[in-house]
Amino acid sequence: MARYQNIFTQVQLRGHPEMGMPHKDSSDPRIHATRFSYLMGKVGQAQLGPIYLGKLGLASLLCGFLAFEIIGLNMLASVNWSPIQFTKQFFWLALEPPGPEWGFSLMVPLAEGGWWIITGFFLTASVLLWVARTYSRAKALGMGTHVAWAFASAIWLYLVLGFIRPALLGSWSEAVPFGIFPHLDWTAAFSIRYGNLFYNPFHALSIVFLYGSTLLFAMHGATILAVGRYGGEREIEQIYDRGTASERAGLFWRWTMGFNATMESIHRWAWWFAVLTTLTGGIGILLTGTVVDNWYLWAQEHGYAPAYPDTGVVDPSLTFVDPGQAVIDPNQMVADPGQPVVDPSLTQGN
Amino acid sequence: MLSLSKLTVAGVLAVASMALGACEFGPKQSEQTGYRGTGIAQISDPGNYVSPGEVPPPPYELPASTGPKAGEVYQNVKVLANVSQEEFNYTMAAITEWVVPADAPAAEAGCNYCHNPENMADDGKYTKVVARRMIQMTQNINQNYSSHVKQTGVTCYTCHRGNAIPEYVWADPKPSDGRLMGNKRGQNTPDPSTAYASLPLGSLSMYMGVNAKPARVISQTIHPTTANLTGTKAAEANYAVMMHLSQSLNVNCTYCHNSRAFSQWGQSSPKRALAWYGLQMVKNTNEEYIHPLASVFPAKRLGPQGDPYKTNCATCHQMQRKPLGGAQMAKDYPALLTLAPVAPAFPAALGATPAIGAAAPAAAAAAGN
Repeated sequence: MARYQNIFTQVQLRGHPEMGMPHKDSSDPRIHATRFSYLMGKVGQAQLGPIYLGKLGLASLLCGFLAFEIIGLNMLASVNWSPIQFTKQFFWLALEPPGPEWGFSLMVPLAEGGWWIITGFFLTASVLLWVARTYSRAKALGMGTHVAWAFASAIWLYLVLGFIRPALLGSWSEAVPFGIFPHLDWTAAFSIRYGNLFYNPFHALSIVFLYGSTLLFAMHGATILAVGRYGGEREIEQIYDRGTASERAGLFWRWTMGFNATMESIHRWAWWFAVLTTLTGGIGILLTGTVVDNWYLWAQEHGYAPAYPDTGVVDPSLTFVDPGQAVIDPNQMVADPGQPVVDPSLTQGN
Repeated sequence: MLSLSKLTVAGVLAVASMALGACEFGPKQSEQTGYRGTGIAQISDPGNYVSPGEVPPPPYELPASTGPKAGEVYQNVKVLANVSQEEFNYTMAAITEWVVPADAPAAEAGCNYCHNPENMADDGKYTKVVARRMIQMTQNINQNYSSHVKQTGVTCYTCHRGNAIPEYVWADPKPSDGRLMGNKRGQNTPDPSTAYASLPLGSLSMYMGVNAKPARVISQTIHPTTANLTGTKAAEANYAVMMHLSQSLNVNCTYCHNSRAFSQWGQSSPKRALAWYGLQMVKNTNEEYIHPLASVFPAKRLGPQGDPYKTNCATCHQMQRKPLGGAQMAKDYPALLTLAPVAPAFPAALGATPAIGAAAPAAAAAAGN
């Protein structure tokens, strides 16, 4: 008998492809083609298609492709178009936003961050078109628009990081670079600059919801797999007509923690936890540098972080007299014939 | 189905072994160095012990400081003129062993690396001009930066370690030429100077070069003020130079900082103040003693921007908390401990030079031209 505690799906249904119910709006299913894939069936449903591309989907994919290409080609150009170096250094490479000297101007030379602005535009357009697509497709199927709103929450965080906060601070340089290690190093530097993001209460909330999401996901996934032998994975049926799978799952949690979610409410919990992760995260980022410049000091002020005994170390710059300035005596200087004139470095400030 | 599962497990194991390939296995030693519960500790790996290096013994017993002065016996002795002839020779022998030892390549071994054998007083070789300035630099560090080098002091060997050019040096990186080709915006390159992060490469120049600025980006106020206009980009460069400190001393952030509040002095260890004095010392050394030698060095000894190779923390420390394990070496070389007044070559010109700040180039310009 097929069971559900395996890595891969063990049952694959084959037959006449399921084309779904008639749509609520007049839109056509653009691409009727369907086929079955054995490998896809190992992880999901074996039937592929029908797919709906539509104007929004087409425009979104086009914008996303442009952003992806601009990032990739900029990275490739940064290693002098060497495919070998591109591969070797890929995790280090980035498309960087304009430097602080450009403020929030749109008129930035392409090589100095102009490409970053263009990429940001296309990527933003792409995700906004995609969220509109998920909204319209949900409407066409008579569904709720939960997927679209959840995605919008992620877009909120993305836009705060890359556009809204830089706009409020008046500098593109506050935005995140496109790149693997560069965006991680940016994150660390961001936290250091603003006095440790861990003392930002919205960052803390975001982490609670993020880790909470994984916990809920693990609990829910485990519960449903555990009652799979009683048809527990047919969650929709179980919501309307609770069967033994649902009864056992609910009793398990009442036994172990005295309380259980319902077949419907567990999904509401999970949805809100996921949505609140990026919603609160976005608020935390938005407040950083605009309202609060040092979260550690903010936390001290509000009794939010513990105080430890003072080590007694004092900033030495307060009392330091530069010996280089204080003691140079012309008699100590060697009159070398080759003594040059000091040239200022060409790279200061870069 | 089973074979697919097995294949997946094998794949996961293969990826895991690659991902863990850079891990240092084996027991670690943890040493608590701060208040309990703050995670202020130093982790060391006995299996990857880094030797502090051997200190070469003095060439022979330190001679008396009496007798005729080197400046009276030899010609063109400017920096060590007040040292006795015996001690001068002793110091020269030591420097030869430290910088151009007998086992070095022939071109970089022995007295002739700096001296013209026909006329030892001749300043024709650039290496002699540089060496003279480097002796002054050493004296300056020992005399004026005991806040950092304490009574241990430094000698030529602290940096050179038997090499004509110290192993750990740096020069200004090439700035952006405004083109797209090869333009990494001064970062995003795997490089030891940033601990292989994608952080900016020019941070040594920013914080240890000429006109270097303080490494301070964190605000001291809760809310934004005009007192701190730096942004995240500045923090990246600051982070990079801190990575350099960490690597150079083979320590982690909490050697100096309580990492929950990097900028708070009252939560930092006294080591942080020690490091701060070290940064002032490096800046002064690079600005006053090394950068002005740009026109003395031949092109092959200059970096891509035409500036001389300069010092940073690693130049002396070489992955040790104390260079050479804190060995007391400088005490055997009293000629290097203090900036002795130099017999001025052009007293009239020098007398007119202002004493503060830009005395070095000003004096040179006045005297040399």
